[in-house]
Amino acid sequence: MSKKVAGVLKAVRHGRGGVSVSHNKNTAEMPVERMPIPSKVVLSMQQHIGAPCSPTVKVGDIVSVGQVVGDSESFVSAPIHATVSGKVTAVGDIRLANGIITKGVTIESDGEMRLYEGIKPPVVTNKKELAKAVRESGLVGLGGAGFPTHVKLNFPDDKEIDTLVINAAECEPYITVDYRECIENAENVLKGAELIRKILGIKQVIIAIEDNKPKVFEIMKEIADRDNDKGDAIKLMTLASRYPQGAEKMMVLSATGRKVPPGKLPADVGCIVINVASVAFIARYIETGKPLVSRSITVDGGAISQPKNLRVPIGTNIGDIIEYCGGFKEEPRKLISGGPMMGIAICSTDAPICKQNNAILAFDNRKDLIKKERDCIRCGKCVDVCPMSLMPTLIERYAKIKDAESLKAYSVNVCMECGSCAYCCPSGRPLVQYMRLAKQVLREESAK
Amino acid sequence: MAKKLTVSASPHVRSNVTTTGIMGDVIIALMPALVMSVVYFGLRALVLTATCVASCVLSEFVCRKVMKRPQTIGDLSAIVTGIILAFNLPANLPLWMAAIGGIVAIVVVKQMFGGIGQNFVNPAMTARIILMVSFPSAMASWIVPYSNAWLKGADAVTAATPMASLAAAKGGDLSLAADLPSLADMFLGRHGGSMGEVCSIALICGGFYLLLRKVISPIIPLSFIGTVAVCMLFAGGFNLEFVAYHLLGGGLMLGAFFMATDYATSPINKKGKLIFGIGCGLITTVIRIFGALPEGVSFSIILMNILVPHIERLTTPKPFGFVKEKKEKKAKEEAKA
Repeated sequence: MSKKVAGVLKAVRHGRGGVSVSHNKNTAEMPVERMPIPSKVVLSMQQHIGAPCSPTVKVGDIVSVGQVVGDSESFVSAPIHATVSGKVTAVGDIRLANGIITKGVTIESDGEMRLYEGIKPPVVTNKKELAKAVRESGLVGLGGAGFPTHVKLNFPDDKEIDTLVINAAECEPYITVDYRECIENAENVLKGAELIRKILGIKQVIIAIEDNKPKVFEIMKEIADRDNDKGDAIKLMTLASRYPQGAEKMMVLSATGRKVPPGKLPADVGCIVINVASVAFIARYIETGKPLVSRSITVDGGAISQPKNLRVPIGTNIGDIIEYCGGFKEEPRKLISGGPMMGIAICSTDAPICKQNNAILAFDNRKDLIKKERDCIRCGKCVDVCPMSLMPTLIERYAKIKDAESLKAYSVNVCMECGSCAYCCPSGRPLVQYMRLAKQVLREESAK
Repeated sequence: MAKKLTVSASPHVRSNVTTTGIMGDVIIALMPALVMSVVYFGLRALVLTATCVASCVLSEFVCRKVMKRPQTIGDLSAIVTGIILAFNLPANLPLWMAAIGGIVAIVVVKQMFGGIGQNFVNPAMTARIILMVSFPSAMASWIVPYSNAWLKGADAVTAATPMASLAAAKGGDLSLAADLPSLADMFLGRHGGSMGEVCSIALICGGFYLLLRKVISPIIPLSFIGTVAVCMLFAGGFNLEFVAYHLLGGGLMLGAFFMATDYATSPINKKGKLIFGIGCGLITTVIRIFGALPEGVSFSIILMNILVPHIERLTTPKPFGFVKEKKEKKAKEEAKA
């Protein structure tokens, strides 16, 4: 046995709180299927946290796959590329799944999927070049939050980063695309991890996976053991399957035992956390130079006829995707973009997929989706489960009376809206909504 | 395409724990003690419980109607209050007095402050104290188990509670306490006292059920009972038998498992719960040892109830990763150096 991968590590520390949500990973054994090229794609100019892009093409332009169609001067932003080859038919306001109206570029596909001739593998030898290349690839966190990855890689020079955490926890129920990435693209994951580690001079890489995915460990270990040049810098770690294990701060705590202070980033405690699919993408991009034009999504939920894992061009219409999965087998009552814990309920299928969408879920009239709202009984369950040690029930009270001072004292801004409090509330109170309201109260207060 | 899609804030799945479910669990946990009280005090105990429950539920129903608020009797919390109130009364208490207790608990203590979760003192406990003050002799006539109160009514054989006897045992000298039942009788509940508080074993079983179902956290019962045990150890000159009598006597088990743990009137965070439990234990001991009253569980819980907002404010947990300012400064200085 080679000593290259030092076994499977146990989590260093367990976070407090959290909830056990039933996993419902129904699509776990379904390989990612490539969806046929859609007739048109709509590329939103706002596909990430940060500044929106401005369109760089005009109606009538002929574009090919990987050509930039939108870009921004801002640092916290990533360019947007054409995901099919064809003709630009519209540039203007579009409505996204979450109801936001933003600029968008519509491309009618010619079905050829011609690659842009300007595509060539980037040369990457240091941190600056890596960050620049990753920005040009258009990569944003594929795990769901959609934070431009190059910002994480381009940490200030005075910060010492010793650990790269590859987040493969996938703690949201239903979603299995990260799991499939680990199974199908394990080589790329390890390659990407090693590449980032070498260029940034990071001591150790921890690939963190929840303990309900044992198959991933086998595959990763096999590859890592086979490749002899990795040293023992890459470690596999098993985490308790407890929601929200995949949240960045929880991840850093489990992997290194360090706590990211309120308002700080993992880089402040010497860590970078990157989603597993993002890492695999970086490996592919450095090799081929092909920017982010497609992504994997899980299509599942009680109302979908044939649940699937799909690879779709970004900008594909959600309605087309559902149709490809056999449509609805019964009338859906709730459509969710993302996971059931943190995803957004959407009001129409006529909207495009964005870079950070990792799932489309459609539910029929299930009992646990609706809970009768009653008065708070002060059971304290929300306080027990809050991974951030907040007191949601008190924050709710102060949010209602818009008491900004108390809300600040109860640190509502630390809340990451994981939904554990609302999940376990026996009175069915919409606590996450009140958390958002509370943050809004604080924003208004500081604007005064 | 679907006609009606629900759009709401995340999360989109919810646990199956509900208020009604929690209250149902509490009712189940109270059943062993109810059965035992019927065994000891006859059907009169059942009639008394039914009266209290009926009075509580009816009061809640009328209150919500009059206040034009959504009806809440479906959450079963009024039934819980009714049963716990009955447990705190002598089994032969006139039924109309018990009914008044129920009305006080629900109307005055619970609904006037906004209903479930809003009352700042325990409804059943406060009702018991009001009844004690209003009808002192009826509230202190403890019938002897198996004396068949149903047939004899007010003529049933009455006796002092072990707590009253125990008050004479100064400094832990049990020979000073007259008519003290055996420890086994204390454990099984064969002694005078409120109908639901006598059988310690049944209450402990119910308490364990609540712990198992995660309805209550073990912090309050453990710290409450633990504090009483430690204090009594010192008060009784390290006489373990004296400690055992104090743990099994009076309303300690009922209070620690079912009343001090009341959600609305106990702190919601762990540290607060610990302080609350210790406070209850200390006040109980002080009343039992130094007070004129033989029993102090109800007053200790009510007094600590009132302190809950202050305890909560002092024990607000620091958010995840919070660094104290001094520490932060130190770290910065170190980084500079």
